[in-house]
Amino acid sequence: MDWATILRNFLCQKKASILERWFNLIMESYPGDSLFLKQEKDRFANPVGYTISQEIETLYEGLLQGVASDKLITSLDNIIRIRAVQDFSPSQAVSFVFRLKQAIRDELDKEIHEGQISKELLKFESKIDELALLAFDIYMKCRENIYEIRVNKLKAEVVGALKLSGKKSNAYQVKK
Amino acid sequence: MSAEALGPKEVLKTIDYKPVKRSWLELTVEFRKGTYLYTPPRKLLDYLGLPNPRKWLPSEKDWQLPENWRQIILEGMKDRLSKYRSFQLFLDICVRCGACADKCPFFIGSGDPKNMPVLRTELLRSVYRKYFTTSGKLFGKLAGARELTEDVVKEWFYYFYQCTECRRCSVFCVYGIDTCEITMMARELLNSLGCGVNWIVDPAAKCYRLGNHLGLPPHGFKGVIDTAIEDIREITGIKVEVSLNRKGAEVLFVVPSADYFASPHWFTFLGYLMLFHEIGLDYTFSTYASEGGNFGFFHSAELAKRLNAKMYAEAKRLKVKWILGGECGHMWRVLHQYMDTYNGPADFLEEPVSPITGTKFENAKSTKMVHICEFTADLIYHNKLKLEPSRNDRWKVTFHDSCNMTRAVGLFEEPRYIIKNVCNYFYEMPENTIKERTFCCGSGSGIGADEHLEVRLRGGFPRANAVKYVRERYGVNLLACICAIDKATLPPLLQYWVPGVEVAGVHELVGNALVMKGEKPRVTDLRFQPLKGEEGEGDV
Repeated sequence: MDWATILRNFLCQKKASILERWFNLIMESYPGDSLFLKQEKDRFANPVGYTISQEIETLYEGLLQGVASDKLITSLDNIIRIRAVQDFSPSQAVSFVFRLKQAIRDELDKEIHEGQISKELLKFESKIDELALLAFDIYMKCRENIYEIRVNKLKAEVVGALKLSGKKSNAYQVKK
Repeated sequence: MSAEALGPKEVLKTIDYKPVKRSWLELTVEFRKGTYLYTPPRKLLDYLGLPNPRKWLPSEKDWQLPENWRQIILEGMKDRLSKYRSFQLFLDICVRCGACADKCPFFIGSGDPKNMPVLRTELLRSVYRKYFTTSGKLFGKLAGARELTEDVVKEWFYYFYQCTECRRCSVFCVYGIDTCEITMMARELLNSLGCGVNWIVDPAAKCYRLGNHLGLPPHGFKGVIDTAIEDIREITGIKVEVSLNRKGAEVLFVVPSADYFASPHWFTFLGYLMLFHEIGLDYTFSTYASEGGNFGFFHSAELAKRLNAKMYAEAKRLKVKWILGGECGHMWRVLHQYMDTYNGPADFLEEPVSPITGTKFENAKSTKMVHICEFTADLIYHNKLKLEPSRNDRWKVTFHDSCNMTRAVGLFEEPRYIIKNVCNYFYEMPENTIKERTFCCGSGSGIGADEHLEVRLRGGFPRANAVKYVRERYGVNLLACICAIDKATLPPLLQYWVPGVEVAGVHELVGNALVMKGEKPRVTDLRFQPLKGEEGEGDV
């Protein structure tokens, strides 16, 4: 069996514990003990915790199975869209991707020390780095989205002001 | 050290995954751009006769508080504790059970513990303990008491303007503590130091002067009405009659000013006018009571009362029998729960009776003011309207219960009844996100300013999350609501979280479906968008 397969087997076997560790590490970025974010399972009562727990699983599977990047982008977007408006600096907002490295290193501590998988793990971590680059793009997109919304609001106010001044706007007219 | 002066190693040291763990009593607030509201210019405070006007910003270190600021706060607290029994009670009886903790949309969206209603209240309660309770005076921190410092004032400003007074927490409190009232008190105290918000004070000043938040004078209001009449004529071929300041009309109709200014409110406004024309309602607008909303309510009880006074005054001057009110949230909280005490009794008005159906609105016996959804639902129930719901077929609709309409007024069924009669496709969001448990838009109570968008997007996330669910499950593309602030702030919220879902008032949908006598064949809806089946080749 080659080293790549061995690593993949480890990552598959320990999927649940790695994901749990990754999730808890992400939750550490929130103030307080984040018990609510960690424990409440209802997707509507706790959309932040629910979204993060669901999407990191998709991301993890994606890295393992090599799924299409658009699926990864959707999952990343769902998490980063939240963190882009929370009280985080840009680096803090996307830091959750790198926390997967720590989760894996902690869970595979014994195997790494035995020197079985170090080289393959470095390759896998490169994939995580690529995910982080995608995360940065998405973070920027979310922030641009916020500013676009603000600009659009200003434009809409101009339309309203025109209406008040008696200069009817045709913004809603059907094209003839 | 400035960021530019840092080397790579120092930069790495500044990256910390974990927030600093400190006692909640000690933390100071960082006012990062995008997370605080701008302050009003002194001329507005002067105009309204409000205290301590000055030029300042929350991000500045020195807030230029008046010299005796501590005395102002403590005397203000003492005054309110003696005046409002609920205030004293709410500060004393909380047992910190935590039932409210995870119910606040701002806590759910941010994860910041100080947005838990219980802890937000502790920010004020800790000061109350220190200066007004024996245990707090004797044992200080041990008894959960803390000194009133400038940092505490700053923290109040930060967190009490992250509460939208939506009152979702109060639904779950076993003692019935209404944290909204704590926020109201805290904001009154802040405003007594001149620490207010421009987005609240500016419309309040305009409203005080000209009767509406826009500052629109009577001739401007007339111009807007003319535009609406023209829009309706273009869509239906019918010229509706609208009267302004007409004495002796049966009904005075009051709407939030956003209805005749903003989008998508405008289409709801057209819907009202079409409906009244069709049923032949004898009504008038007042160019002074041209605002149902009341931003004074987000400032202080005193300012709310001043702005509210015009409503009964105009009803009296115009000698109407009763008042009908449009789609608005906080407007109805004020009318339903405060107006009678502020400026009543309205003994010069009659108990409202629908002139079309004869229905007596007994629930409005005291205030003499009826909600447009009650009025329209009653018309539909009595089969007084001819409706063609297929004109709304391009919409798959869900309904957002506005906080004030549900938790303050208890109006759940009427808007749903109307929607089900004027639309063919209606889908509810999950049970724990609607009716009494509805999630806030994240922008109510005067915090819907543009500069505050990030915080609003956080607070509105739980609502948007439920919309996203019905969007993915049923293909919902329209969020209907009956609140002017919702109509203004849900579109940006959805653009960020659930693109592809638009926002509309319930009476826009009524206007679309309403078959008017003598109308020309409709080819567009009230947004001038082609009706389903009427799309031309060039239309997208």
